[in-house]
Amino acid sequence: MKYKHEIRRAFVSSLPVFAGYIALGFGFGVLLSTQGYGAIWALFMSVTMFGGSMQYAAVDILADSVSLLSAAITTLIINARHLFYGISLIEKYKGTGFKKIYLIHTLTDETYSLVCADQLAVGVKNKHLYYFLVSFFDHCYWILGCTLGAVFGSNVSFNSEGIDFVLTALFLTIFVEQWMSNSDRTPAVIGVCSAVLCTLIFKENMLIPTMLIILVALTVLRFVRRDKYDT
Amino acid sequence: MTHSEIIHSVLLVLVMALVSFLLRAFPFIVFSGKKETPKFVTYLGKVLPYAIIGMLVIYCVKDISFASVSNFLPYIIAGAVVVLLHIWKRNTLLSIIAGTLSYMMLVQLVF
Repeated sequence: MKYKHEIRRAFVSSLPVFAGYIALGFGFGVLLSTQGYGAIWALFMSVTMFGGSMQYAAVDILADSVSLLSAAITTLIINARHLFYGISLIEKYKGTGFKKIYLIHTLTDETYSLVCADQLAVGVKNKHLYYFLVSFFDHCYWILGCTLGAVFGSNVSFNSEGIDFVLTALFLTIFVEQWMSNSDRTPAVIGVCSAVLCTLIFKENMLIPTMLIILVALTVLRFVRRDKYDT
Repeated sequence: MTHSEIIHSVLLVLVMALVSFLLRAFPFIVFSGKKETPKFVTYLGKVLPYAIIGMLVIYCVKDISFASVSNFLPYIIAGAVVVLLHIWKRNTLLSIIAGTLSYMMLVQLVF
């Protein structure tokens, strides 16, 4: 097969997301089915929305049958951080043509981390295909997990307590790798410190204030160290 | 569900999907085409992943309760396994699998 190498690398890179998405997706499917929405809804939502925390919130949105406007606003708030993810991928995704629409649609926290983790793609020739496959595999795992959860509901129980740590481990590993392979650690420190600070103040609503502080701090950083970054 | 309830639910899902997509697409729409991306945006694109992945790590562990040992100790131990193993071997998959297995064993068997 012509693209065997890209397929294998994308599959291996996305394995941690497989474990995490099957588990989290399954949980979503179970929750959704308790509200009277079956597998076809889990399939529909995971294909079109593709977002972890957003779909969990959507269960309540559907159950309460809120207005379209209020659903839009809730989505805006929960997914606001995604507004900034694409900034890092403008160059990487340049020239992907029609594939770009799908690459954008599948840009979750996990997909973003994988495509930003350059160490995972070392030696991959067709990078665009690799990014596409990683995104596609992530999407498939999520669809599979959500749908299976809704099909089996709470009838199935396998002792998988703690499996969701796999996504924490994924972010942590990529963080450590970036820390080790980069001499400039200030942006990483800014991210961690603002997140800790905002968690203490805003608890579970920490994402938006954290993103804002990160943006301000990185802007200040550029002006303070203009000589370094203006090359 | 009645007919109109189903239609409203479908519309709700489509609205949520559309807003999710537009948020993700925003930078690509604004900085598209042949014109050169502003230097400041290129700079942000370069440094943001480091900050965002740091944020996501904290986001994952934000519900830790330091009041309960059985809650926070598995996180600390498994987190240390991930970090130390990765510094030692620098094998992404190995660090993730070992960390997750140790976390699962800790919460299921020990605490």
